[in-house]
Amino acid sequence: MPAERLKSFNAALRRLPGFSVYILGFCPALWLFCLGLEDRLGPEPVRALEHGLGLWALRFLLAALAVTPLRRLARIDLLRFRRALGLLAFYYAALHVAAYAAIDMGLSFDAVMADIAKRPYLTIGMAGFALLTPLALTSNDWSIRRMGAEAWRRLHRLAYVAALAGAAHFLLAVKSLPAEPAIYAAVTGLLLFYRLFGGRRIAPRAP
Amino acid sequence: AAGMQAAKSPFSTTEKPTPLSDVKSYNNFYEFGPGKADPAANADALTTAPWRVSVEGLAARPGEFDLEDFMKPYALEERIYRMRCVEGWSMVVPWVGFPLAEVLKKAEPLGAAKFVAFESLSRPEEMPGQRGLFQLLDWPYVEGLRLDEAMHPLTILAVGLYGEALPNQNGAPLRLVVPWKYGFKSIKSIVRIRLVEKQPPTSWNKQAAGEYGFYSNVNPNVDHPRWSQATERRIGEGGLFAKRRPTLMFNGYAEEVASLYSGMNLQKLF
Repeated sequence: MPAERLKSFNAALRRLPGFSVYILGFCPALWLFCLGLEDRLGPEPVRALEHGLGLWALRFLLAALAVTPLRRLARIDLLRFRRALGLLAFYYAALHVAAYAAIDMGLSFDAVMADIAKRPYLTIGMAGFALLTPLALTSNDWSIRRMGAEAWRRLHRLAYVAALAGAAHFLLAVKSLPAEPAIYAAVTGLLLFYRLFGGRRIAPRAP
Repeated sequence: AAGMQAAKSPFSTTEKPTPLSDVKSYNNFYEFGPGKADPAANADALTTAPWRVSVEGLAARPGEFDLEDFMKPYALEERIYRMRCVEGWSMVVPWVGFPLAEVLKKAEPLGAAKFVAFESLSRPEEMPGQRGLFQLLDWPYVEGLRLDEAMHPLTILAVGLYGEALPNQNGAPLRLVVPWKYGFKSIKSIVRIRLVEKQPPTSWNKQAAGEYGFYSNVNPNVDHPRWSQATERRIGEGGLFAKRRPTLMFNGYAEEVASLYSGMNLQKLF
């Protein structure tokens, strides 16, 4: 993007109110639930709902992890929205787990626990969700002040582990190796690769 | 397609058939792509006439036929069968077809014949799943049955469903239906039926031997290594809040077929 355009694009982004990400972010969930209630989710609606929510969780998580590479490589500044993207990933993962436990398994907790313990793809998926929980709980200014920036950043590197868990969960849940989960796994791998080997860190902005 | 006259069969279930729209739009047919909607979207390109099918191998009277000649000797029957996919969903499909046993008897298997090997069409120019860099299975798709399974009266070759010629996405123009086995055993768009001495290779077994066995009988007590097979979801039934239903041994056909496997360890020979 030419420098002038990039500048006005970033300026436009700055004018967007922070909550707009949440409003937009919850649209897919609302859409899925509405389709579900109207029985328009196709022949296997439970799977479509579960799958849709899980896919959006992974998308938001990868979007949050893409914020820094986008800033450095394309000079697009979405840093203001990163917390919202990360929290949306957590909310969608929670909805995904809730849909699985409540709608798919009919709230039979014994069956849910046995399933999670026994099936690696579920164990890994749940581990990913568990890792997102402390990140969501500390995604606020108070926690950052309380923990100190360095410790907070260290904790939030878990987002990469959660993304790997999400991508592996997706790959293991399907027969054969279709393109879709493979693409998500590749994107996750690229983001992790950039984080590990992508050069110098941007100095944190003064508070 | 013209309506097909088919006699009712005592082997039919009285369960409610899955709506035709679901039967035609929710398919696994990897030759046309891995998504459930891919076959319905891509299978129109398949030319099903003319269609040649051969019966060969260890048989006294092998032959190669045009489909019309191949079908002509057999009376069509309607067989309403449960169909259980290895992925954990199921349907009830009113197939139209004839027993495979009649085809095999006509070919007169030799004493050495112990298995039947089936082969699907390989035609990349009409099957997008057979083209490109990454392909999910080796083509052509191959399947197999033990001769006694193939001769079982429940095992049919289907040429139609819901009283019409098979839609392309459901395996036109000729497919196998083995209702007590997972759906992937019921090979679609068949071009070759071969009587053989040794257990033939099968596509999903070649792809992941630990996950898909040669027998692949529906069995709620033997889980897929990655997911449970204890329950299933019936397609097109009750929307978002429909309950899973328990999966039945041999997909509910235990009375008819359990004796084929007496003395066999079904955990090992899954």
